[in-house]
Amino acid sequence: MKNEFKIITNLLPTGSRVLDVGCGDGALIEVLITQKNIDARGIELEENKVKQCISKGLSVIQGNAETELDQFPDKAFDFVVLSQTLQAFYKPENVLNELLRIGKKVIISIPNFGYWHVRASLLFFGKMPVTKSLPDFWYNTPNLHMCSIKDFYQFCDKRKIKMNKIIGVSNNKISSIHRINLEMKNLLSEIGIFLIS
Amino acid sequence: MNYKIENIKQITVKKPLKLDCGQTLKDFPIAYETYGKLNEKKTNAILIFHALSGDQFVAGTNPVTNKDGWWNIAVGPGKAIDTEKYFIICANVLGGCMGSLGPKNINDIDGEPYGLKFPVVTIRDMVKAQESLLDYFNIKKLLSVLGGSMGGMQLLQFCALYPDKTFSAVPIASTSSHNAQQIALNELARQAIMSDPLWNNGNYYKDKKIPKNGLAVARMAAHITYMSEKGLQERFGRKLQEKKDYEFTFDADFQIESYLRHQGNVFVDRFDANSYLYISRAMDYFDLSKQFKNGLVGAFQNHKTRFLIISFSSDWLYPTKNSKDIVIALNASGANVAFAEIKTDKGHDSFLVNEPEFLETLKGFLDSNFEIFKNEK
Repeated sequence: MKNEFKIITNLLPTGSRVLDVGCGDGALIEVLITQKNIDARGIELEENKVKQCISKGLSVIQGNAETELDQFPDKAFDFVVLSQTLQAFYKPENVLNELLRIGKKVIISIPNFGYWHVRASLLFFGKMPVTKSLPDFWYNTPNLHMCSIKDFYQFCDKRKIKMNKIIGVSNNKISSIHRINLEMKNLLSEIGIFLIS
Repeated sequence: MNYKIENIKQITVKKPLKLDCGQTLKDFPIAYETYGKLNEKKTNAILIFHALSGDQFVAGTNPVTNKDGWWNIAVGPGKAIDTEKYFIICANVLGGCMGSLGPKNINDIDGEPYGLKFPVVTIRDMVKAQESLLDYFNIKKLLSVLGGSMGGMQLLQFCALYPDKTFSAVPIASTSSHNAQQIALNELARQAIMSDPLWNNGNYYKDKKIPKNGLAVARMAAHITYMSEKGLQERFGRKLQEKKDYEFTFDADFQIESYLRHQGNVFVDRFDANSYLYISRAMDYFDLSKQFKNGLVGAFQNHKTRFLIISFSSDWLYPTKNSKDIVIALNASGANVAFAEIKTDKGHDSFLVNEPEFLETLKGFLDSNFEIFKNEK
């Protein structure tokens, strides 16, 4: 299992109601159902991936999270999970507001643009970075709004979004992020996982 | 239309059925067919609801028409709905003409065929009548209910009436409420039938001069709505029917004309014009949201049924929007719901033809839910 999925699974309490936004082939949902008896649902844009989910018996809705989260009532889920896709939306701020509306809490993971590898790529080679968590080139990347852990931290801070927990991930190492170590972790973490409400 | 009654299985519904129109029916026949075998634990039963022009002969060869069953593409040994694995039940709807009580049956009052004396039935009446089959087979909970178009309406009604009687449900290319366009198209069909002089206010059974032309036109009009513009164009285009040039007459010069005429003609051999009126009326009256205080959300509140909603991108008769409305209501009521829109040019009829994406999705859903259902029991 992806390290990130392990962390997310650990954050979620047994038996809770969870929506995985952009759930892909349903890998995380399967884990949540089998390991933690979570009532996990998903929404996914790609028809083929939706078909895979449905064939696994998962309750996944084909749809665009950018425009179709309005179909869910307020606080319909205990947790809403958005794994590394916030940066691919046209209007991430609107999407984030929707996530916070339909979920009591939201778990968001972001590929960290402040990671030293990313910074080095631009600084030393003058080229857009291509890394494990940012595998695409500038011309075919779906990412429209890249940000760093620090950017997202300040974004939440400014909007008075409560950050219950922030976890930095790098080479399978997990660390907790706070205001005090933000600069350092922003440099050393490949992925940031935010639990917000 | 004539058929051999010995090819048709029937139950007699004994308990009185109070219809939405106020009348009560009792001791009436519901015709059905089954495929496959019910397993010992009764975990493999699927009830299929047929559409407007369908009947109980889902798979194999229809013994009445000697043609393929209407869902033969999907139902059979090794197919998406595998009859080696599942036990399939399908009933002819109340008001139909393939052995269930309908307008061509003789009524007890004057010993004549009902004709327009047949009560106007609703989707809910149809579903209540078919529910008797579960008692007959002694099935407490079905693995699934399936249905396209009007079949989907019946299954939504079934789930709303009997939330504990099915583990899963798949409404396909359907709606929870007939809209103005859908009613308009049905009205067009009815007017075609009723304007045929042979229809004679529904009294045509005696002299066997049936309103063929009216019913054929109704079927032709309906057939156009089952296909997409692109599908029609690709299949027929402006191709001429076995001729090199226009004939400057009103005969069927174009292939599409010939095709529609053929569809109209074969339909009148197997379908009763009055049944068409009654069943299309039932569709028009269908509005599930009206039956519950909370609207459509109320129809599924606290239900455990696992839904898969399927729509087709080129279906303009029951467009994706209709399916999405069901998904939204199910989400709002916290129900378990999956949804897929299949990309296809085949229009509303996509569920009746070979559309691999659709059939694979359906198969995947049924098979995975069968595993979950088995283990739950």
